[in-house]
Amino acid sequence: MCKPLGAALAFMGIEGCVPFLHGSQGCATYMRRYVISHFREPVDIASSALGEKSAIHGGGPNLKLGLLNVMKKYGAGVIGVASTCLTETIGDDVSMLVKEFRKEFADLPLPEVVHVATPSYGGTQAEGFQAALRAVADQLAEDRRTSPQINVLPGFVSCEDIRHLKDVFEHFGLDAAILPDYSERLDAPAQADYVKISEGGLPVSRIKAMGGARASIEFGRTLDPAKTAGGLLAERFGVPLYSLGMPVGLRETDAFFAVLEELSGRAAPRRHELARGRLVDAYVDGHKYLSGKTAVIYGEEDMAVGLASFLAEIGVRPLLVASGGESGRLTRAVSEVTADILREPPEVRQGVDFYEIAARARELSPDLVIGNSKGYRVLARDLNVPLIRVGFPIHDRFGAQRVQHLGYAGAQVLFDRIVNAVIDRKQTDSDIGYGYI
Amino acid sequence: MQPVIFEQRTDQIRRTATGEDFAIACNRDSLAGAVSQRACVFCGSRVVLYPIADALHLVHGPIGCAAYTWDIRGALSSGPELHRLSFSTDLREKDVIFGGEKKLEAALNELIDRHEPKAAFVYSTCIVGIIGDDLQAVCKKVAAQKGIPVIPVMSEGFKGNKRAGYEAACQAMMRLVGTGDVSGIPPMSINILGDFNLAGEIWIIKEYYERMGVRVVATITGDGRVDDLRRAHGAALNVVQCSGATMDLARMMQSEHGTPFLRASYFGIEDMSKALYDVARFFKDQDPGMMERTAALVQEELAVLLPELKKIRADLEGRTAAIYVGGAFKAFSLVKSFRHLGMRVAVVGSQTGTEEDYKELAAITDEGTIIVDDSNPLELSQFIKEMDVDIFVGGVKERPIAYKLGVGFCDHNHERKEALEGFAGMLNFAREVHRTVTSPVWRFTPRRRGSVARTMRKEAVS
Ligand code: SF4
Ligand code: SF4
Repeated sequence: MCKPLGAALAFMGIEGCVPFLHGSQGCATYMRRYVISHFREPVDIASSALGEKSAIHGGGPNLKLGLLNVMKKYGAGVIGVASTCLTETIGDDVSMLVKEFRKEFADLPLPEVVHVATPSYGGTQAEGFQAALRAVADQLAEDRRTSPQINVLPGFVSCEDIRHLKDVFEHFGLDAAILPDYSERLDAPAQADYVKISEGGLPVSRIKAMGGARASIEFGRTLDPAKTAGGLLAERFGVPLYSLGMPVGLRETDAFFAVLEELSGRAAPRRHELARGRLVDAYVDGHKYLSGKTAVIYGEEDMAVGLASFLAEIGVRPLLVASGGESGRLTRAVSEVTADILREPPEVRQGVDFYEIAARARELSPDLVIGNSKGYRVLARDLNVPLIRVGFPIHDRFGAQRVQHLGYAGAQVLFDRIVNAVIDRKQTDSDIGYGYI
Repeated sequence: MQPVIFEQRTDQIRRTATGEDFAIACNRDSLAGAVSQRACVFCGSRVVLYPIADALHLVHGPIGCAAYTWDIRGALSSGPELHRLSFSTDLREKDVIFGGEKKLEAALNELIDRHEPKAAFVYSTCIVGIIGDDLQAVCKKVAAQKGIPVIPVMSEGFKGNKRAGYEAACQAMMRLVGTGDVSGIPPMSINILGDFNLAGEIWIIKEYYERMGVRVVATITGDGRVDDLRRAHGAALNVVQCSGATMDLARMMQSEHGTPFLRASYFGIEDMSKALYDVARFFKDQDPGMMERTAALVQEELAVLLPELKKIRADLEGRTAAIYVGGAFKAFSLVKSFRHLGMRVAVVGSQTGTEEDYKELAAITDEGTIIVDDSNPLELSQFIKEMDVDIFVGGVKERPIAYKLGVGFCDHNHERKEALEGFAGMLNFAREVHRTVTSPVWRFTPRRRGSVARTMRKEAVS
């Protein structure tokens, strides 16, 4: 998927923010459609709708007109501008255009305008996501020393994951500023009206306070802090950065909880101890169904690393971990999280497309595949094995926003789903029709 | 609260009133900053050419354009399924700087060797238009090497809207038409144009025509094949569905090959029947019995359909609908279909309608109907609320708007997996409308709690 899509999603996690694509109309419409079918929520992404003339003479006037229109009609508090392949190629200097815009309309109550360069030919949706967050931190965060908050940069996770993180921090008595927080905006309750800008999202005041936070926690073992918001906050404002793996599965969640204990100065609350205990109990109850099974994992790099770690610990051997991303860090990250369990690390492929993944998967013939919906036809159906749907996009199942991955709770949900998928397969494949397996 | 209508768009929104001349502005570029529901030129040509199942479809551009269009349509094939893959040259930074021609050539060679397609379509995207790759030259070269047609589709996204994409697609197809052998095509034969075989619809339509005694030469492009396109000029008549998509091809075939065309819609009872009768009328001199056979067919189908509709209608009588679709032609049929269900259309609009289209819509809808061109979520939600409709017919992007407002929804776009064409399709449509409108869930949605409860009470009393 392309880079501005990630940026648009990240911008959705800011209160009052309307994502804005500087480019031709098509990109914005395609992305909306794509995101809408995953979240099943209205997703308004504005566009500067460049036509032929602006593509040749520069998109400045359209960008400014578009910003004004979004400001007037949506009443946006923040507009997140992401460039596209087109505007990068014609060389529009968005930073300068935004400056001009601020000057030209200085008499109006202008929204915050954050901009990020996201030529898709320069990276993936995951990179666009991280780039947008870094741009947000870069352009909005200020040094307010006394802020008690912890900056939480969870990466691209589901709405349910974000809600869970909020709970966890609250239980520890920690004040978390989660960026992005689209848990409400992309999974809104039924309302009386069509809300122009859905409620929720991290308020700008909290983003501003990020420069003076107690610490930042950033998930993602393949991230390069030199390119992330957490890294920027550490470098510019000296906010201590805890760079962790995505807390998928027991061990990665343990590492996360250790940091929470350290920051809060208290032991994990009993409910989490219990959840952890139940998870281990379930690992034991279910281990025979899974032991010796094999899997192919694909998707965004950090989620893939988390899944590899999780599968290794429940006895499912990941044979292949594949991603379209090209951070150059995937191989190392995967071997780190599997080293103490697997005799040899799984094969890792970066920068691959589905054709290559499918070709390799056919040779490996795994028992399971784990990843987004796009692998259904070319992988799962073709190999005739169950697909455990995680990540983005999930277009062929209901409830994508509510898929849980993180924490002990997320591991529990994933574990149950995987065991049940195996049981289901066994049941369907058997001639006998066991009602008791 | 600010009003939701952009000043720049007021003349693209009209309310019908009797005795007044109807005029509306349309066919403009989308407004910057308005969240238009429209896509781009590339999207238009992709939609049209996509169902050609034994061709290779290669998107020359960065990965996004291809990824977003990967297998999202419901166009089915009875044979090869090469169309369901979405290949991309995946242009990167260095290609953008140094040009992507080499990469394109390599990709074409590799893909053609691997998949042995009957032809290849190469779509150009925005960025290709800017960096100026010579698609024509590369395609020509590969075509000569590989011995199959390799056809550039000039669909740079920013060069207009979807409509321009249709034209680009038609020009691409025209390079195939007329290159095949037409022997063996009977005199009473047609091509079906502008149907994409969503959920197998073209198979329904084709069966009707064949029952009438008409041979279908090429289905363009649903369940399409390259070889059929090449001999399409051998058919006696083109039957063109939809206002925009393949009209240009029909026109080009008329001027180059003398193939006459007529327009049709397969949605709803009147339009479906008319589509069959028009063809029968066209061939009546050659086959005097065809008219009768057609009448018998229609009667047979209606004998099944009408009693079912009657049952459904009982629950839907007096309800209202809003329609927002890509092409306006479909909207005509929908207005009529709703009438069969006892429902009134209160809002109707399209992404790419023409002035005449909208005039006709104004003529066939009731007074006070809102007619809109190139709308956006803010406006649409406003209209839905104002008219308090019971159902919204649109595409995937419109669905959450309806649901958020507590209104039923029917997907009538390229992504649907339900056949809505033909007499069988009309029944599916009626059932779908019924399923959504009569669902009890609307009782619980905050906005419509009151109004739904009121109608129910009214119904209970009467
Ligand atoms: S880049 Fe151009 S061609 Fe591709 S989706 Fe965007 S508007 Fe359409
Ligand atoms: S042009 Fe670039 S930004 Fe637009 S859809 Fe294609 S890949 Fe994405």
